Amino acid sequence: MDWLASAFSTLLTTLRDVLPIVLVVVVFQFFVLRRGLANPARVLTGFAFVVLGIALFLIGLEAAIFPLGRGMAEQLIAQAAATAASGGWLMYGWIYLFAFAIGFSTTMAEPSLIAVAIKAGEISGGSVGVRGLRIAVALGVAIGISLGVYRIIYGLPIHWFIIAGYILVVIQTTLAPRKMVPLAYDSGGVTTSTVTVPLVAALGLGLAEAVPGRNPLIDGFGLIAFASLFPIISVLAYAQLSVYMAHRG
Amino acid sequence: MAINFQLLPGLPSRSRLRMPVRFRMPSLLRNLGRAFGGSIRDLTPIVLVIAFFQIVVLRQAPDDLLTILGGLLCVAAGLTLFVAGLEMALFPLGESMANGFVQKGSLAALLTFAFALGFGATVAEPALIAICAEAAQVAAEAGIIAADPAASARYALELRYVVAFSVGLAIVIGVIRILKGWPIHYLIICGYILVVIMTAFAPPEIVSIAYDSGGVTTSTITVPMVTALGVGLASSIRGRNPMLDGFGLIAFASLTPMIFVMGYGMVAI
Repeated sequence: MDWLASAFSTLLTTLRDVLPIVLVVVVFQFFVLRRGLANPARVLTGFAFVVLGIALFLIGLEAAIFPLGRGMAEQLIAQAAATAASGGWLMYGWIYLFAFAIGFSTTMAEPSLIAVAIKAGEISGGSVGVRGLRIAVALGVAIGISLGVYRIIYGLPIHWFIIAGYILVVIQTTLAPRKMVPLAYDSGGVTTSTVTVPLVAALGLGLAEAVPGRNPLIDGFGLIAFASLFPIISVLAYAQLSVYMAHRG
Repeated sequence: MAINFQLLPGLPSRSRLRMPVRFRMPSLLRNLGRAFGGSIRDLTPIVLVIAFFQIVVLRQAPDDLLTILGGLLCVAAGLTLFVAGLEMALFPLGESMANGFVQKGSLAALLTFAFALGFGATVAEPALIAICAEAAQVAAEAGIIAADPAASARYALELRYVVAFSVGLAIVIGVIRILKGWPIHYLIICGYILVVIMTAFAPPEIVSIAYDSGGVTTSTITVPMVTALGVGLASSIRGRNPMLDGFGLIAFASLTPMIFVMGYGMVAI
């Protein structure tokens, strides 16, 4: 019955995390706006679904994906470190592939991204495809995390990458269709929540510990920053590409 | 009092289809069943990646296949319920509240709500608590603060409040932008410039943590609420386009923490 106890504690943690939002909503809905809910049964059921859904999601992640992902990151790093003495970036090839694949696949399952994609699809009347947007964001995260891994392996200063990314975003902003710009900026923040952060943080810290000359406290961080910047670039590129394709017919 | 969305001129026509007025059980179950298939499809990439690396690269079978299968089913069920709950509660509630604030016409009430939503959602965020503790450890090692647990705990707690405040402020700025109809990129580019300037002056140890803090502040439940608030505001105000003006709140919420964490690293001793 061990898993039942841990499942229950996950549910309680989720409730505690949701509580501040519920409080803010209740206070403003009933005391400031002073009106009831349009459809109380539906809203309450929906809230229960959200809490239960997040809790189930976390329980499943803890049981299946996190231990496996962390273990794989550790093993791959150990393997690479053992062979890296003979030199070359190719030694880290599997790690780059792992970073790319894990960045892409976890982002495709990220609940906050699904929420924003659904809303964008609704608002745009279907001209922004839910699936296309999610794939664009996931590719951005994958590229970002791979670059972040490269940075950790070579110990390069993070701010040059971030500043170069910013410059690229500014240039793309002037070229991309205006209506897609706010959505693209938002997609940077939504990629890194429940699924991606724990796995990616484990990868970064593990690498910084294993690569000689890296300090985990300084070099181990920064992957999340890459994972929040590069989706902006990839979504803007996706928007530009759609326009280009539409023009060609 | 019921709010009838169908009478609002600004709302896109698709939202009529998405918000059925009555709440019917059989159709709910049917939709959940269909959504479950979608969630399974969302998880396929993860399963493929894990299988590839286990079998081809590491050449081993995972220890407990049954637990993993059960866990994956839990994840899929959780995603399904979450998405159903979004459409039933978070989206309509966020949009109806945004509409309520516009009708009430009180700017102070709206901005207080915006701040409370950002601050409240962030201050208890587990990922933020973890990253603040790490930042305190870095600061202690770098000699920015005294290397005793009390100083570290104080540093971590203050940092947490600073970040939560910065997210509240971000939502307030974002809401003002929607009301005024300012183009988003000027504000975001100003933010970028500020980040770059502060990077030059902040203690180097704090920089990568500050950059990361931008990504951790937006949690699974905050994102839909904040998105619905923005889209609801842009739909209820004449002359605003939900696509052009409604999105962007999250972007501010991931930018201000970077600025404030570096700022805090510069002033805290």
